Parts: sequence; structure tokens; C-alpha cells
Amino acid sequence: MRTLRKALSVKGAAAAVFLCALAVSRYGLLDNYIQLILMLIGINLILTLSLNLINGYMGEFSVGHAGFMAAGAYVSSLLSVKVLAACSPFWAFPCAVLAGGAAAGAVGLVVAVPSFKTRGDYLAIVTLAFSMIVKSVIENIDSVGGPRGFLGMEKLTTLPWVCFWVIVTVWIIRNFIYSRFGRGILAVREDEIAAELTGVNTRNVKMLAFVVSSFFAGVAGGLYAHLLQYISPGTFDIIKSTEMLVMVYLGGVGSIAGSIMGATAYTVLLEALRPLGVWRMAVMPLLLILLMIFRPRGIMGFREARWLVPGSERDGGVKR
Amino acid sequence: MIYFFQQALNAVQLGSVYALIALGYTMVYGVLSMINFAHGDFFMVGAFLCFVGAAVWHLPFVPVLLLSMGGVTMLGVATERIAYRPLRNAPKVSAIITSLGVGIFLEHVTLGLNPYPKYIPPLLPSFSFDLGGVSVSTFQLATIGVSFALMFALHLIVNKTKAGLALRAISADRAMVPLMGVPVDKMIALTFALGSGLGGAAGVMYGMAYPVIDPYIGIIVGWKAFVSAVIGGIGSIRGAVLGAYILGTVEIMTAAFLPSTYRDLVTFSLLFALLIYQPSGLLGRVEIQKV
Repeated sequence: MRTLRKALSVKGAAAAVFLCALAVSRYGLLDNYIQLILMLIGINLILTLSLNLINGYMGEFSVGHAGFMAAGAYVSSLLSVKVLAACSPFWAFPCAVLAGGAAAGAVGLVVAVPSFKTRGDYLAIVTLAFSMIVKSVIENIDSVGGPRGFLGMEKLTTLPWVCFWVIVTVWIIRNFIYSRFGRGILAVREDEIAAELTGVNTRNVKMLAFVVSSFFAGVAGGLYAHLLQYISPGTFDIIKSTEMLVMVYLGGVGSIAGSIMGATAYTVLLEALRPLGVWRMAVMPLLLILLMIFRPRGIMGFREARWLVPGSERDGGVKR
Repeated sequence: MIYFFQQALNAVQLGSVYALIALGYTMVYGVLSMINFAHGDFFMVGAFLCFVGAAVWHLPFVPVLLLSMGGVTMLGVATERIAYRPLRNAPKVSAIITSLGVGIFLEHVTLGLNPYPKYIPPLLPSFSFDLGGVSVSTFQLATIGVSFALMFALHLIVNKTKAGLALRAISADRAMVPLMGVPVDKMIALTFALGSGLGGAAGVMYGMAYPVIDPYIGIIVGWKAFVSAVIGGIGSIRGAVLGAYILGTVEIMTAAFLPSTYRDLVTFSLLFALLIYQPSGLLGRVEIQKV
């Protein structure tokens, strides 16, 4: 009964947050700048969670998530500008974002294949190479603007939409982690050979993890494209991937609550340091280095907020 | 055919720059099994020190080279002491993230000090020899000559000195070596000194070939050099040099015979394919997983 009430309260809180977001954007309760920051936090949060699935839960090291984000951003923008422009944005926008996510997921499969044989630093390079390939391919396709970038999307990303996708992402990733496949992912992180010996189909697990992760990176890309209304291959470079890494490790690997904190803290700090101009990007990494020296596992590292753990898993899985 | 030889010369020049940087990556990896992502930015600082030496203090070539190498060596050793040593026993990713942070820090401090791209004046009298139709400039000659000399010096240090023996021992078995009385911390500092020094030299070479520099050159050139180290098998010194010349050749030849915008596409696709078939690089040690 208590678990039920707790589960309801988490869902209730999510619904309340969504309704607040709806009210804020409908009646303009917050000024546009704050809304923009909130939306950026949401998009960064989705990216961070998506990367955390690979780097934190599966223990691989992806440095190319900007490539997946680029795939999602371009596919969803192309769809909404060239195909779905005539449809009502209420239906067209989620379709475009979903399609972007699906495209990124398909792209994620390509990276999953080398991960069967390669591990660790070499896999990191594979993901890096891959994101460079995506960027380079986009630069060479003239019909999507090449290096000049692509524009023409309407500003469809609103606070309720971002809020909706954040809730969906947190919900799916959390359930995914505690599912059978999620156990497999954790087993691969701890010891791949032992996992294989105890009957985990490591190939399937890795493939699924990459597809889910890149799907959400693509969703974030779609939201990002429809928020800024301009994307170019230069947006999705190594610096973007580095930013995601910083958010994941700032919050702490292997923790959803950590990702939430990391993405929020990073985005807010970057904004708060804006008066410093160019120097803010010099202060930011200093803070990061200090954090790493004094708290090497990030804010939350491998610990989870209680409300994010399913009832049956709490207190070491003992049901009360 | 002459066009081909001309491009081959350019490839050797670019490969030499990559090799000098790749050596820094591979040595640190060999000794610490850690990717020092800030290394590309050490190289960038080298290029900026070259600018300071050449444009502000009007020094000739050799003092500029020494200034860059010395400055970046100190930077490398200081970074290791301040940022990496406290993390020696922390999870590996913390060190990697710290190195990313150091990189971003260096980029933006340099950007804060130099908001506009800088032009490095020619360090050497500029003229070219004609070698059977292929024109060889003094810059190319200096780049290739100095790189070969530095690589040969590194070869001697690693293979013929006692310190080099200690380095190789640490890379073979890090748990055992301290028990043999090798001062591991000093040796790690030495690795950073050697690697960063070569990176600083690479900054000067790069500045001679592409004289307009900005604080972000370290990112892309650094990653390319890292890619060369991986192609050769990271941790292997000969592999890094081999990988660098392969990468330089592929890049120059793609730009010479295909539209130059395909350069990154071809380079990274080759890397992708190579890592699928040869997951530990060309000369890398194959890690045997024990149960």
C-alpha cells in the first residue's frame, strides 16, 4: 500500500510539473529568457541521461554522442520543413521528433556493431570517428545546406513539450535500467566475460543499449533544432560531445538523479557565469577539475535518489 | 607524377607534425593507461608560444623552438603535478574528465588573452630548392629534419638510458616496478615532460606550415594526432609514428585527388574500418582477457 502511494506520488509530481510547464507557457508566467534556460536544461538532461546509459550504466566510453544528436536534429528538421509543413504542428512536431529519434537509433546500431569486438579506449575512438563521419557527411550534402547549416524550422519546441520528453526519458530509462536488459547492461559493466558465462546475451544487450541511448540523443537533437531554429554541422562537434561528458561526470555516472543534477548545475552555472564573458569557459573547467579532485565520482556517483528506484528494489530489494 | 611526389612531400611534413603530437599521447597512455585529452591543447600553447617568440620578441628559429618546447614541458609537468597526480588512485574516468577540463581551460585562457587569430611571421628565410621538379621549401626541410632529430632523440632516451628502461618497465607492469626501487612519480613526470616537449615542438612546426593560429587548433589537430596513435596501437611508440605518417598520407592524398571536403570523411571512415578489423591498432599489444 505504501509503495502504491509512493508510486502515485512520483507520478503525481510528474503530472504536476507538466501542468505547471503548460500553465507557464500558456499564460507567460515566466519571462522568455528563463523559459529558454529551462528548455535548455531539459534538452541537456535528455542528452545526459542518454550518454549516462552508455558511459555510466554500461561502462563503455562514448565520446561521439553529438553525432547521434546531429542525426536526430537533421532528420526531424528535414521532416518538419519538407514533409510535414502542411500538417498541424500539434501532430507533426512529435512525429518529427520521434522520427529523428528513430533515425538516430538506426545510426546507433552502426556503432553497436564494432562494440562487440572493441572495448574501452578503442571503442571511444570508434564513437569519435563515427561522430566525425556524421558531421562530414552532412557537410558534403548540399541539399541540407552543407557547412552553411539548415534553417526554416518553426519554433515548435515549447516548455510543455520539453517537459513531456524529459518525463518520458526519465521514465523509460529508469524502467529500462531495472528491467532484465538493464541487469544485463550492469553485468556487462562489471565483467563482460562473467556476464556472457551466466547467460547474458551481451550482443543484444549492447545493441539495445546503443539504440535506446542514441534514440534519446536524437530526440534531444530534434528538440534542440526546433528550439534554436538553426542547425549546422559545426553545432554538433567534439565540443558538444565534451559538454555532454562533463554533465554526466559532474552529476555522477550510473545515476539518474546525478544526471538531473549534473545537467541542471552545468546549464545554470554556464548562464550564471555569463558576465565573465570569454573567461567563463576558463572558470567552468576549473570548477570541474576541483570537483574531480575532491569528489572523483561526481555529485551522485552510483547512488540513486530514492524516488527514482522502483518500490520493490528499495532497501536492498526487501519488500515491506 | 611530379604532382604526386610534391604531395608525398606534403604528406611527410604533415605526418611529422602528427607524429610529434601522437608520441605525447602514446607515451602517457603507455605509462599511465590514461588518455591525456589536454595534450592537443599543450600543442596549441606551443604554437602560441611560437607566436610570442617570433612576433613579439623577434627571436630566430632555434630560440623559438627551445622556448616553445621548454614552456610546454613546464606546462605538462605542472599539469601532471596539480591536476593528475591527486587522481592517481581515483577511477580512471575522473582522470580523463579532468584532462578534458584542463583542455577546455587552456583553450579559453588562451582565447581570453588572444581574442583574435594570430599570424606567425616566417621564422626562416623563405626559399625553395628544386629537386627534379619537386619544390622543397626551407620550412618543409626544417619541419622534417627537426622532427626526425627529435624522434631519434626520443628513441635513444627510451631505448638506451636507464630512465628509458624504467619507463618501459612501468608500461609493462606498473604494480611490480615500484617494488624494484623505481621512483614511479618521477618517471611519470618525465613522461609528461618528454611528451609535452615534443608537443611544443609540433606547435612550432604547425605554426610554420599554417601561420594563422587560434586557440581551437589544438582540438582538431590533437584529435587527429590521437587518431594516429590509435591507428598504430596506442601505447606503442613505433606505432604512433607509423600511424601518424599513414594518417598524414591519407589526408593529403584525399585532399589532392578528391574534393578536399571529403578529407575528414575518408580519414575517419578508414579509422572506423581499421578498428573493426584490427581492434587494437596496427602495432598495439593485444590485450588478453583472463577470467
